[in-house]
Parts: sequence; C-alpha cells; structure tokens
Amino acid sequence: MSNQETLGLTEIKEKIQQLSDQYIHCIDDDRLEEWPEFFTEDCTYKIISRENYARNLPSALIYCKSKGMLKDRVSAHRNANIFEAHFYRHIVSNSLIMGESNGVYQVQSNYVVFQTKLDGNTEVYNTGKYVDQVVFEQGEPKLKERLVVYDTLNIPSLLVTPI
Amino acid sequence: MEAVTKNQELNLTWPEEGITRVPYQVFLDQKVYDEEQKNIFRGPTWNYLCLEAELPNKNDYKTGFIGDTPVVVTRSSDGTFSAFVNRCAHRGATVCMDSCGNSRSFTCVYHAWVYDDKGNLKGVPFKNGVNGNGGMPDDFDTKKLSLTKVRVENYHGMLFGTFDENLEPVDQYIGEKMGHYLQRVFNGRPIKILGYQRQKMQNNWKLYFENVKDSYHASLLHLFFTTFGINRLSQKGGIDLDERGMHHVSYTFGNKNENENVYKNEKVRSYSKYTLDDPSLLDGWDEFDDGITLAIQSIFPGVVLQQIHNTLAVRQLLPKSPGECELVWTFIGYEDDSDEQIEMRLKQNNLVGPAGYVSLEDGGIGEMVQRAIVRDGEKTAFIEMGGKDVKSENYRITETSIRGFWKNYRTLMGL
Repeated sequence: MSNQETLGLTEIKEKIQQLSDQYIHCIDDDRLEEWPEFFTEDCTYKIISRENYARNLPSALIYCKSKGMLKDRVSAHRNANIFEAHFYRHIVSNSLIMGESNGVYQVQSNYVVFQTKLDGNTEVYNTGKYVDQVVFEQGEPKLKERLVVYDTLNIPSLLVTPI
Repeated sequence: MEAVTKNQELNLTWPEEGITRVPYQVFLDQKVYDEEQKNIFRGPTWNYLCLEAELPNKNDYKTGFIGDTPVVVTRSSDGTFSAFVNRCAHRGATVCMDSCGNSRSFTCVYHAWVYDDKGNLKGVPFKNGVNGNGGMPDDFDTKKLSLTKVRVENYHGMLFGTFDENLEPVDQYIGEKMGHYLQRVFNGRPIKILGYQRQKMQNNWKLYFENVKDSYHASLLHLFFTTFGINRLSQKGGIDLDERGMHHVSYTFGNKNENENVYKNEKVRSYSKYTLDDPSLLDGWDEFDDGITLAIQSIFPGVVLQQIHNTLAVRQLLPKSPGECELVWTFIGYEDDSDEQIEMRLKQNNLVGPAGYVSLEDGGIGEMVQRAIVRDGEKTAFIEMGGKDVKSENYRITETSIRGFWKNYRTLMGL
C-alpha cells in the first residue's frame, strides 16, 4: 500500500475519518482487545479534565504512555476490575484537521458518550474533545497521541471503559 | 457507648447492640441529612477546605464547601487565611461566581455590594440615596452585614474551617498520633498541585466514608492490589485510631514481611496471576523512610489523605443529599520533585481516582448499597469483623475504624 506521502489530501481525510469511526465502534461493540491497535507503539493516551488541561496541571484519569499500558487497561477491565455492566454509545462529530507538520496531523473532534446500565436508563455520561496526533504507518492512520479532554468534570460513579 | 442526649428531632432509635449495627435509615432519611448538616458539619468539627498550596499568592481565593454550605477561602493581603459563607448579606445571592482566582474584594452581581477578602462589607451602591431620595435608613450599619465568617486554621499546609466558635484548635482535634501521619506528607516541603479529579456517587456520603475506613474490603473488592502485592492483608500493617476513634489510619509496610500462602489457602476469587504488559506503571521509590508504602487516613467528618506508593492525594467528601455525594481528589507532589519523579507519580496516578485501578470499585460499591436498602430503613448493617469494639490493631482484617466512625456519629447526632 502507498505510504503517506503519495496519499492525496482527500484520501488522508477519509482515512482519518475512518480511524475515528472504527475506534468508537470498537469500544461501543465491546471489542476492547482491538482498541490498542489504533495506536502507535510509543503512543500517548490521556483522559484529562478540561480543568486540568486549561491550567496546565498534569494529573489525568487515565494516562498511558505506551501501547502496553493500553493493553493493561483492557486486561484490568476484563480480568481485574469489578463494576456494573454498562454500554457506551459514542457520537463523534465536528472533526477538523488543524494542521500538519512532519507527517503528524493535528486533528480535533467533539465527542459525547452516552451510557446505559442494566436498569435501561441512558444518561449523558461524558462529553468533550479529542485532541489527536495522527501519523500514517504503511499508509494506514494510527494515533500517536489522543488526549480526551473532557468537560464533564464530575465523573458519574467511575470510569473503567476507555473513551 | 451511650448517646449523651437523645435527638428529639429524629424519630430513630439506634439498635440495642450499639455500634456493631447501623440502621439503614441513616442513609435514606432527609431529616437525618439535615440534622447532620447542623450537628456535624456546622457542629464541633474541623472541616477540610483546601491546601495552602492552592492559594500561593496574596488575594488568591477558591470556592468550596463545608458540608453542603458553599464557602469561599481566601489568602488575604496580610497573608492570613480566611473563609466565609458564599451568600450575600443583602438578599442571599451567591457572591463569588467563579471557582478560583485572585481579587482583593468580592462584588455581588445582584446589587454590587462589595466585600473585602475577610467578608467584611465595604461598599453599598446608593447607600445615601440619589439626589436626596432613598438610601438606607439612619441605623444602617455595614459592620452588622458582613458575610458569615468561618474560623480557619492552617494545619501544616492543610486549611480547615469550623462554624464552632468554641472548638479546640485543629491540632488538638487531630491529635498527636493522627498528626504524625498527616505530617509525613505535609512535612514542610513545598507542595506542588498536580491536578484535580472529581466524581459524583449516587449514595449517601457516609457509605463512602465507611468504605475508606474499611481495610477488610481492600484486597477482596480490589483485585489489582492483591495480584501485584501492593497491598495484601497478609503483609504487615495495621490500623491506628486516635483516642476517640474519630479518625483512622490504615497502613501497610512494603513487600518484606508477607506470607503468600495465606492467600492461596483462602481460595477467594481475588487471588489470581495477572501480569502487566508495561509494569513501568509501578516504578517508584521509597517516599518516606519509615517503610510504610501505603497509608489511607481519614479525618472526621469527610477528608482522606492517601499515600499509595508515590501517588499522594487529598480526597474531600461532599454530601449533597441523602442519596448523593461528590468526591474531590487533589493530587500532589513536591516542588523539588525531579521530572522523573513527577512522571512516576503520574503513572501511578492510574491506580487511583475515579478511573483508578484500585479505587474505581469504591465509586460503584456505595451505589450498590444505596439501591439495595431503599425500602428497608429499619434493617441494619452488621459490623463485627475484628470484634465489637473500637481500638487500634496491628492487623487490618477488621471493621474497628468503621465502628469508631459510628461511635462519634452517634454522639454528635444524639443517637
């Protein structure tokens, strides 16, 4: 497959959009084991509040500094942590490619996650913005960095499934 | 332990067994909740406000709560700390609308009444009327219309507030034994704020506070700890209580003194082999030189100081209604931490907070109680693990700290 240099801008935009859509379907469909594969090996994934992000405070709900740490989040979800069953439904939109330098695309988009538990009631669980750095490996887009900057400072109960 | 005076406001009789039982009604009842605000949060207690390090400059302020009363905490121009209720003396509006900032004065947006940073009323527009008409009556006295002031004391960098004019100073309230543990972390090294995390739980605040004091559940509900040997009950440790049993510390020494077979023989679900793909999560160093790697400390009625290896945090518990509370985590390090140390603290942060590998279950378990007790207020919880009394122990398979909480709760509430 052609590498990133020979992809036209339209194709790049389409592939970045596809990455975004596949990512959320993967999580919502409970195929969490596939989630780390959207990232590069040396990736950064952070779920961090708008409050901390704006004030340059580094503490994050989830902070992964490698694909291995992403896999550990999935492994803990499946094998270690105890929580009530819940289902996510992501809606992502307003995606913009803000710029590119040295093959790294800065992409931002809005997201909202609805959550439904076994009582059958759906709530707005978390909303915010994805702030991404996307690179192409063998012509396919990967997340070098995804910051999930959330507005919903008050996390309802707990967070165990990645956003 | 007998209650001193029976609370006449509440139609509630404590079970005759005493502090080994808790009537579920206390988690459900609005009148109980209101009495708590009066007798506990506005009673003879010191309530955590914030850290001195969050108000580094003169005229810095932030908003917060004592119980569910909104307050503002300030560092005045003279460097001292003040706090006052965030309610205008005029007609009750919220005075300070933002969460933090820097200002010498506070102006209520409704009628522009101006207060200084200790809550004294300084300015009232049109106090003398306009063109000889209107204005305040002759007996108008601004000194009588200050904001409701809160007594503030600074305990080694933790700011506490109380509505009780006669309460003993905060260092006596905390005591020497508990103070020793707080001062391990608040030891004079300038504190660095790493950030805030917040969660809301659909359960009564006391269910969360019980959970913090509950060293029995630690390795049974939180699988992550057990499998990695971060906190197994077979590791040496214990529970320290102050004389009154109001406050507690659950502490654990590092890996050196444990008996792994105790766990294998228990055959409980929580023992299983589990390996991290990237164990750099647990990279750390000996934070303090006493060999304690884990210390969870509660100070009545609603603050927790946690040391879990190198992730340090203060957790502030905020009651909102009988069935809802919030938890505010303030993560800290020290100003002289190296970049490498900060990075290790941030990775270990994955263990705690609303998404914490070992703490996320605590965000959900209280709700599971709140839902199940909904129609059974006259039934009771059973709290006899480790015995029936309230005292320090050199083991952690005990509910003694929980019994200590209820002993003091009953005294303050007249139950």
